[in-house]
Amino acid sequence: MSGREARVWLPGSLDELWKIWSDAPDAVLYAGGTDLMVRRRKGGPLAGSDLICLERVADFREIREEGEEILIGAGCTIASLMDHPLVRQNFPVLTQAFKVLGSPPIRNMASIGGNICTASPAGDTLPPLYVMDALLELRRENGLRRIPIREFITGPGKTDLGPGEVLSGIRIPRLPRYNLHHYEKVGQRNALSISIAGLAAIARISAERTIEDIRLAWGSVGPTVVRSRNIEKALTGKPLSSESMEAAFPLVDRAVSPIDDLRANARYRRILARNLLLRLPFRGVHP
Amino acid sequence: MKIDFELNGKPVSVDVPGDRRVVDLLREDLHLTGTKEACGSGECGACTVLVNGESRLSCLMLAAQLEGKSLTTIEGIGQGKDLHLLQKKFVEYGAVQCGFCTPGMILAALRLLRQNPRPTRREIREGISGNLCRCTGYQMIVDAVEAAAEEIGDERA
Repeated sequence: MSGREARVWLPGSLDELWKIWSDAPDAVLYAGGTDLMVRRRKGGPLAGSDLICLERVADFREIREEGEEILIGAGCTIASLMDHPLVRQNFPVLTQAFKVLGSPPIRNMASIGGNICTASPAGDTLPPLYVMDALLELRRENGLRRIPIREFITGPGKTDLGPGEVLSGIRIPRLPRYNLHHYEKVGQRNALSISIAGLAAIARISAERTIEDIRLAWGSVGPTVVRSRNIEKALTGKPLSSESMEAAFPLVDRAVSPIDDLRANARYRRILARNLLLRLPFRGVHP
Repeated sequence: MKIDFELNGKPVSVDVPGDRRVVDLLREDLHLTGTKEACGSGECGACTVLVNGESRLSCLMLAAQLEGKSLTTIEGIGQGKDLHLLQKKFVEYGAVQCGFCTPGMILAALRLLRQNPRPTRREIREGISGNLCRCTGYQMIVDAVEAAAEEIGDERA
């Protein structure tokens, strides 16, 4: 730890952020702080670092419709998104994940952008964002680039975020053709649990209960979220039934690469990854 | 760093390092020891406070973030020895054993009742799901919050 006091800034706009950041290029950015404050207390390079808190940057708190997409500001808290009509109506799979993320005070503090940039294999918002092919907007002082979430997250805790770059927004296409939306995570308890394994699914189910289109993404069973086109292809055209799901188990086994950790062992995670599919036939379908 | 905010309804001005945790500012600098710290990592809810009416964890929040905000701690919800309704119900229903979780639990419950004045028992459980209690088994806490909600409902009727 350095001898001097750490400085903390709270920019109210993007312009202020760039100004502060160019004067203090070593400052660490955070939004809700629910991950960063815990890591900061453990010591290491974060312990005495200067900080820039993004929770007051108005540009990062917007939610708006842009044609066929909805743009969610990266600084929006989980609680504010959970209650937002545009998010609830268009992205039920994401709303389901919000409900099991952390706890009420964590959801009041934590931002969706923070959940993405933390890039935990267990991040609850990630599997839903993968199935919806969310596009991330990254800003630097004189530029903007867009990158699909699956390319942005490169490993556990690792992202493609460049120096001087900040995640400003998440673009999600409206997905009106999908009538089944599902997120389930298994943890050691209901509240405040880190996912042992989780599954996000969106699907188009016909009146005859045939799977016309399906997208699946697993959390906590690999270094990053696992999305498998093979499994999605294999299930397309099949009836939405337990038998169809069981037939896909060998493909799930091949797609996931879970590890042993303090929450569960790899074998248990592998069983969960398969069995989470069995919930889908029992999920309500909106015609 | 000079920080101006409202604490339990009164304007205050402090001069502390901006990265001082709110829980340390409250307990060590302002001697408001009602706010408790247990896990220090956002998992137990003992340090819950209300910031502009929203529940937040004071162990994960920095003093700088209080600038211009309104902060409510357990000391600010009653009037001296005249307890807040929720505090009275916690006493009446035996919802307090060791008492360490109680301040955070009551603030979480207060936030819930302001959002949803007539919660079901399930909604009460969800509302306090960020607060751990290792003594009571939660039943009496849920009973106390339910009783407080009923009394608020009766007063409004």
